[in-house]
Amino acid sequence: MRNILTIIRKEFSQFFRDKTNIRMLLVMPAIQLIILPLVADYEVKNIKLCVVDHDHSHYVNEMIQKITSSGYINLCAYENSMDKAMHLFEQDEADVILEIMPDFEKNLIRDNEVTIGVSINAVNGPRASIGGQYLQSILGEFNREIRLKWIQFPKFNPVPIIKTEHSYWFNPSMNYKHFMVPGILVILLTMVGANMSALNFVKEKEIGTIEQINVSPIKKYEFILGKLIPFWILGQVVLTIGLIIAFLFYGIIPKGSIALIYVFSSFYLLAVLSFGLLISTYVKTQQQTMLISFFFMMIFILLSGLYTSIDSMPKWGQVVTWFNPIAYFVKVNRMVIMKGSGFSDILPSILSMIAMATVLISWAVFNYKKRA
Amino acid sequence: MGQFWIFVRKEMWHILRDKQTLFVLLGMPISQILIFGFALSNEVKNSKIAILDHSKDLTTQQLIKRIESSKYFEITDYLSHSSEIEESFKKGDIKLAIIFSPDFEKNLYHSHEASVQFIADGTDPNVGTTLVNYGSAIIRDYQDELLGEKKLPYQIKPEVRMIYNEQLNASYNFVPGVMAMVLLLVCSLMTSVAIVREKELGTMEVLLASPLNPFFVVISKSIPYLFISIFNILSILFLSYFILEVPIRGSVFLLIAESILFIITSLSLGLFVSSIAKTQTSAMFGTLIGLFMPTLMFSGFMFPIDNMPVPMQILSNIIPSKWFFIIVKSIMIKGLGYMSIWKETLILVLFTILMIFISVKKFNKRLDIE
Amino acid sequence: MNADIIIHVESLTKKFGDFVAVDNISFDVRKGEIFGFLGANGAGKTTAIRMLSGLLQPSGGKASVMGYDVYTQSEKIKAGIGYMSQRFSLYDDLTVIENMKFYGGIYGLSKNDLNHKIQEVIGILKIDEFKNQLVKSLPLGWKQKLAFSISILHNPALVFLDEPTGGVDPVTRREFWELIMNSAHQGTTIFVTTHYMDEAEYCNTVSIMVDGRIDAMNTPQELKKQFNSQDIHSIFVNLARQSTRKEFE
Repeated sequence: MRNILTIIRKEFSQFFRDKTNIRMLLVMPAIQLIILPLVADYEVKNIKLCVVDHDHSHYVNEMIQKITSSGYINLCAYENSMDKAMHLFEQDEADVILEIMPDFEKNLIRDNEVTIGVSINAVNGPRASIGGQYLQSILGEFNREIRLKWIQFPKFNPVPIIKTEHSYWFNPSMNYKHFMVPGILVILLTMVGANMSALNFVKEKEIGTIEQINVSPIKKYEFILGKLIPFWILGQVVLTIGLIIAFLFYGIIPKGSIALIYVFSSFYLLAVLSFGLLISTYVKTQQQTMLISFFFMMIFILLSGLYTSIDSMPKWGQVVTWFNPIAYFVKVNRMVIMKGSGFSDILPSILSMIAMATVLISWAVFNYKKRA
Repeated sequence: MGQFWIFVRKEMWHILRDKQTLFVLLGMPISQILIFGFALSNEVKNSKIAILDHSKDLTTQQLIKRIESSKYFEITDYLSHSSEIEESFKKGDIKLAIIFSPDFEKNLYHSHEASVQFIADGTDPNVGTTLVNYGSAIIRDYQDELLGEKKLPYQIKPEVRMIYNEQLNASYNFVPGVMAMVLLLVCSLMTSVAIVREKELGTMEVLLASPLNPFFVVISKSIPYLFISIFNILSILFLSYFILEVPIRGSVFLLIAESILFIITSLSLGLFVSSIAKTQTSAMFGTLIGLFMPTLMFSGFMFPIDNMPVPMQILSNIIPSKWFFIIVKSIMIKGLGYMSIWKETLILVLFTILMIFISVKKFNKRLDIE
Repeated sequence: MNADIIIHVESLTKKFGDFVAVDNISFDVRKGEIFGFLGANGAGKTTAIRMLSGLLQPSGGKASVMGYDVYTQSEKIKAGIGYMSQRFSLYDDLTVIENMKFYGGIYGLSKNDLNHKIQEVIGILKIDEFKNQLVKSLPLGWKQKLAFSISILHNPALVFLDEPTGGVDPVTRREFWELIMNSAHQGTTIFVTTHYMDEAEYCNTVSIMVDGRIDAMNTPQELKKQFNSQDIHSIFVNLARQSTRKEFE
């Protein structure tokens, strides 16, 4: 036990000696948490609409007004030929082209039916599909309005109608930032923790001090724990800073218990820090460590459900996420912060994290060889 | 010039000796393409939902069957009381609860109005709205069938065409993004670290003492990464064309030429970083925070630029990856020729020249002092 | 076994693939002596020392250190020895005191003993004014003396020094050897490798390694008699001339 304390004290002295470390510890959370959520706004809005109007009738104007009043779609060009509009597509200056045929109004009255062309720039598939849905539902709404205006439905409605109502829980203002911040907080913790612990260990290899440790009677687990605990504490500090920034800048107050977040992060940090140390037991230089931890981090983050829903992944992808610690914490953090989930709700995740931490620590201790 | 290639050969040896690093350098683009292509999908499907059917009659059963057979939904919970809804959400499994009011069928046919309530998990606003839309569409279809022949008057029928990407394949957007990311990472990170390492180890002085112009010494260190990057471009294009079925609609030659331009831009960025950084660690964090993060954020590939606050939109213009991303999209997906991308190309060329100019100045200055 | 013997080595061998770094060496080190290991770069000195201190698994032969077997009891060996590696082994970004506290700590010194020891080392090395400075700022000679003092902080019965005086000026080397002699007088056994032949004169026993083998071993006086030579240096040059191994370090 005293041996572990000795190492921890040494790690802290080294950490605080280097001012860049402290800056990293404070600046990284700030940059990531303040800038990233501003950037990571996936809400589909500001859709650029170009209207190609061959009709120029009163109802076209009314329709355009209806569309733009939604707030999601902005009229940015009004052309008279499809060619010109397509050119806007090429320059990414339009997302949607609405083509209104000649005699739109006349045909609508005469034939009871008229088609309008909706062309969507679909290079970005998801944006296109959500944008298309918006536009279609606005058009449907508009359609219903003019129908009501033109014919008086009989007061007694003979047609059976299913009314749908909807409500959104846990994020009534549908604020994308509230969704991203808990997730980004996890990434932040992971980057700081895993990277720093891995680099720290490899540095001892590079400068050769590891030899001096290896020739001492210290136990392997004592050394690994001594390396792990300081970064575990720093991780919790980063988490705290993160939660404070989330509150100050985004007004996010966890609905559930804050203690629960710390309980989970305790096990989570053990797992990711051991993973960082594990990597460093395999490599020789800081450059390799950086590259390899970056490689895994990339995969873990992409498959964490941070931006894309895990449910939508193919089965094998979902199985991969069972072994991805980031996926658990992203999920748990959102559950506790946004939904107010309780201990029993996240217990399965906690158990998985304990299992993962145990395996990774044992593996790191096993793979750290005091003797070649 | 012979000497120059001797330096390049030495760098090649360094890289080939370090198998782990080489493996990551060549394996990274491949694994990213495969993950993006197969595991990630922005499409919302197979979402777990709960049903609360207060009515349990023939109509609701029919509706539930339809919902169940849709690829968007997977019913995991059948609830019996509204108090269970919140519990279900808190366990974190379901994303949507669909509630049928009591006496659904009776109301539908007698008072001609029945109601369905959708409660969506709004934590992810996009998924929430999308699910509600999908659910409402199923209900609407059912209702249209009920109406049968009774056609509504004054129909405006939108005829939707998806331009460039009919299948709404998400790969169309990220393949160009992955290209920008990987090229930037390999070229600038590896070059800057490689150069700074020689500074740290002190071997740089030996190299600089050689008769070759100091600047070429530095350039020679980046040449192997040029080759690795060309290999990476080819592997990305090969995988995305044959496995992800992303088309290359424009000229392949133009695409590769533009990619090589961007590689050179990235190398010049690496050079720039190495002219400032003193240690490997600072070179690494410099490239990651100063180059990689901005690429991720502002290239328009992961995050929509249009949604950002205006200062950030302006800032995005100085990120070279943004322009490269536009170029690749234009050539690959839209099939445009060089006439449509000359502006973006010019920006990259100017940027590269500027970076090289600044680095040369910085290097010369440092060499004078040291 | 003779109670006087602290290191007993019999046919110890280490191979790296096809390369035989240490080739079937045997020797004994007596308690309290200064045992010098001489050899050119690449002769296998460091490999031998790493095996004896439990850092490297031998490929064959027998060896025991302080009665403990190097194959199975390396952790017990580590508790009783001191070690100073060829590479500089202190933390540059820690102060003199912090380094001592750290290394003393991992050898399990109690707080009182440690403080006492630290005062003693500061007194011997006369570094009171530097004690709170970063090690990085000390001149190389001071760093080496400090590293040695730290390696014997826990009063080991035996200390391994792997080329402790590499790159140090003659005056400091002399001071360094005074430190070594001093602790030898207090009963510590010293096992030291070097390629400075004049340092061999300080040793009680000198063994000369060439190509992984021990080609000569005796007291310096006997060696000179045996090879009929004026100094160790010329003996060494003669032996080393037969070497077939290229330098590889």
